[in-house]
Parts: sequence; C-alpha cells; structure tokens
Amino acid sequence: MRHVLFISNWCTTAFMSTWKPTTSHHARLARATMLKHIRQFFEDRHVLEVETPLLCHGTITDEHLDAFHTQYHFDSTGSPVSLYLQTSPEYAMKRLLCAESGAIYQICKAFRHEGEGRWHNPEFTMLEWYRPGFDHYELMAEVDALLMTTLHTAPADVMTYQQAFDEHIGICPLSAPSSILLESMTRFDINIDSPHTLSRDSMLQLLFSVVVEPNIGQERPCFIHSFPASQAALATINKEDERVADRFEVYFKGAELANGFNELSSASEQRKRFIGDNEKRQANGQETKPIDEHFLHALEHGLPPCAGVALGIDRLLMLQLGVSTIRDVINFPTHIA
Amino acid sequence: MANYSTNEFKGGLKIMLDGEPCNILENEYVKPGKGQAFNRVKIRKLISGKVLEKTFRSGESVEGADVMDTELAYLYTDGEFYHFMNNDTFEQIAADEKALGDNKKWLVENDVCIITLWNGSPITVTPPNFVELEITETDPGLKGDTAGTGGKPATLSTGAVVRVPLFVQTGEVIRVDTRSGEYVSRAQK
Repeated sequence: MRHVLFISNWCTTAFMSTWKPTTSHHARLARATMLKHIRQFFEDRHVLEVETPLLCHGTITDEHLDAFHTQYHFDSTGSPVSLYLQTSPEYAMKRLLCAESGAIYQICKAFRHEGEGRWHNPEFTMLEWYRPGFDHYELMAEVDALLMTTLHTAPADVMTYQQAFDEHIGICPLSAPSSILLESMTRFDINIDSPHTLSRDSMLQLLFSVVVEPNIGQERPCFIHSFPASQAALATINKEDERVADRFEVYFKGAELANGFNELSSASEQRKRFIGDNEKRQANGQETKPIDEHFLHALEHGLPPCAGVALGIDRLLMLQLGVSTIRDVINFPTHIA
Repeated sequence: MANYSTNEFKGGLKIMLDGEPCNILENEYVKPGKGQAFNRVKIRKLISGKVLEKTFRSGESVEGADVMDTELAYLYTDGEFYHFMNNDTFEQIAADEKALGDNKKWLVENDVCIITLWNGSPITVTPPNFVELEITETDPGLKGDTAGTGGKPATLSTGAVVRVPLFVQTGEVIRVDTRSGEYVSRAQK
C-alpha cells in the first residue's frame, strides 16, 4: 500500500521542493551589490554600458562550444531561419567597436549547450568589456583592479602558460611531443581510456586543469598568458613568438574566472579560422555552424586595435561568498528553471 | 543493465569499470572555456574496495552495474559460508569469506547487516556501525592504575582485538564502533 501511494504521488512530490530558489537572501543581496560596484567601476573609467542581442543569426564555430539553437518562423523571407542564443556577446560588441563606440562593457546572460557542474550552469551571467587602445597587458591590469575592488584581493600573480607548465609539470607545452604529454598524464594519475586519441590541446588542457590549476591562484588571483595559438580562436598571434597567442586567463581558488585577449582584427584571417573550425567539426562528425557575416563585414570595415575580456559574474560571486557550487548564487539553476 | 551517460553521473551511481562494479563517490565536470569537456570521477571499486580517479570524455556512456543494498540479519556460519536472512520474507542468502573480508570479526547473531548484491550475489557485507561483543580475554590490569596508559588489548568473542580501558574485564560485554574498530563504552544492560 505504501509503495502504491509513493508512486502515484511521485510526480507532484518531485516538484514540491523544487519551486524554491537555491540561493539565500544574503547571496541575492551580494549579487545586487556586486553589480552596483561593477557599474560604478566602469562609470569611473568612462566605459559605456551597452546591450546587444542574445538571439542572433550567427554563432560560434569553435569545436568545443555549442549554442542553443531555435527556428524562427516569422522571418520576412517567408521561410524559417535558424537563430542561436549567444555563447558570449563578442561578435555584436565588436560590431559596435567597428562603429566607433569607444570603450564598452556589457552585463548579460550567456548560454552554452553543455553540462551542469559545480562551476557550470548552461545559462549564466557574463561581464564582457572592450578597451580600444589597450593591449592585453593593460587589460590584465584593469581586470586585476576590478578583482581588487570586488573581491578585495591582493595584486595578482602573472605568468606565461609555458612558465606554469615548466614549474608544475616540468615540460614545455609548446614543444613537447605528444609522447611526453601522454607520459605526464600517466605520471599525474590522469586515468582515461585511449588517451592517445585526445587532441594535443585536450591533453594540455587536462594537464592544466588537473595539475596546474590546483597549484595556482590559491592566495591571490593568477593571470596566465601567452596560450598556445591553437587555443585562441579570436586573438592575435604574438609578434615575437608565433607559437603563442596574446590571450590570458584568470584563475582564482579553483575557478577559471576570465578569458581575455588582443582582438584579431583581420577579417580574412578570422574567416580562415571560422572555416578551419567548421572543417574540424566536420571531421569530428559534428554539424557545421553558420559563419557570422555581419561580424566579418564589420571587421572588413575596420576594428580599432583593442583588447577585450569576458568574466563570469556567477563565479565571481561564488568566490566572494566562499560557496562551493554555482547553485548557491543562481536563483533557479537550469535543472529547476 | 542500462548504460549511463556522463551527464547522469552523480554520487551513489553504480557503474561497471574494468569488469568490476563500482560506486561513484564524486563527479566533477571539467570544461575549460576553450576546450573539450571531461568528467573527473572518484570511484570505489566495490569488490576490491580500491578508490581511484578516472577521467571520462563528457557525453561518453558506461555500462551500469546491477548493484543493490539489502538489509539482512546474520544467522550463522557453516565454516565456509556466512548465512543471512531477510527478516520480512525469511529468504536466506549465503556470503563467502571474500565478501566478508575483515568485517567477519564484527558479525553478531541477529544483527542486521547491509549486504551489497551484484547480479544477485553478495559482494560486500557491512556490519552495523556499533556492535556489542563479549570480552573473552584481557589482562586483569592493576587496580588504580588508570592514568594515561592508553588502555590494554582485549580479545572479543569473534576474535576481534580492540583496545579497552584498564578497568574493563574479561566476561564483560562492550560496545565497539565497527568503522574505526574502537571501544565506545560498556554495553547498556
């Protein structure tokens, strides 16, 4: 009897507790205050707040990023068109930069069609900003200033991707052959089936997240820059060392907090990279993605030299509050949204 | 048995790995902004008890393990097998020495243990957290000598040896924490 009752009530009981937000009132207050401080930070620096569409015709071609996709049935052409929720507002913000917007920032939702985890929710809040006239070093300094303002951190550590691997794994990520990468994975107990079928970048990224990340940015944020050129789809290649791109990431207490770079402004090079991405997708059996022609036309018009960065607001809040899961800072994470 | 994708991974899920049923202890989704997604999983192998870390490519599927826990009362041993009974259905199951492992020293008649079954056969036996056993042998200990000596060894009726305070004597029944193997108190009469 008990079992029968249990089953018939399951559907309703499953929702009984899930209507509630997963945040505390304290976390909601912290978010409101954080957003206020960020807006003040940019106002003081004369960076303009902008809004760009989250639903666009174009999307990212990157083989490891997938956008939510829908069909629009009311297009003026009469036939349905594909629209994509943006994985970041990057293309539209760069179109504004090409239209001489000057320095701009945006706080918006971003969507990624991927798994949920301690640090991941498919819908999240992103802060993205662009600084014409800055290089990635100047932008790193500004990100550090923002972290000092919002998290009251000490000035950050800065090292190259190469230095990080040298110090914590004892190999060079730019020149080590795959056999050395595989040997390092074994040495650090990274136990995965058919490791030799992983791409070189995936091997590096696994080594980085398992071995390097836990050892950096624990006391104060750590900026890692000069990533392998293959891991930076929209960044310029370094002038002195073409093996690396002018890209940086910020790590703090186990979180990958921000990703920034000197923006690639060559339309032809950008088109080549998009096509290259789609070729990789095809080779993997993934569907290819439409290239954002509006974005490429804007680049053809001319993008001022600039650096830009995207920072995860939810993760920033997690760090400020010292909580261990993103569910504690998002009112209704996707599984109960 | 059903297959599970890495998206379904969570603590407590039972999967097959290297031909052995395993329990997922922790699952962490790892996805660099510009990289491939992985699941880093901490796993306990249920037969060997070994704990290990394994990395899966996100989206990969693994075979589930038909593992279930059942509560059964310990009856007796015939020397080779240990016999347990479901107190509701009176159904009996025999576990071998391998499934018992070190835990056989905590088996007390009529105590309800958790028997983990894989494809219907017992693979582990978990005794209750606390058991009461009689001391069969321990040094008498000197009267009054109770200061900071760290106690003395005592052999219990099942053969288990635990450290007990000096004032506890042969013939007394004591309460032991089976997880740590430590003396808790004299048994409540």
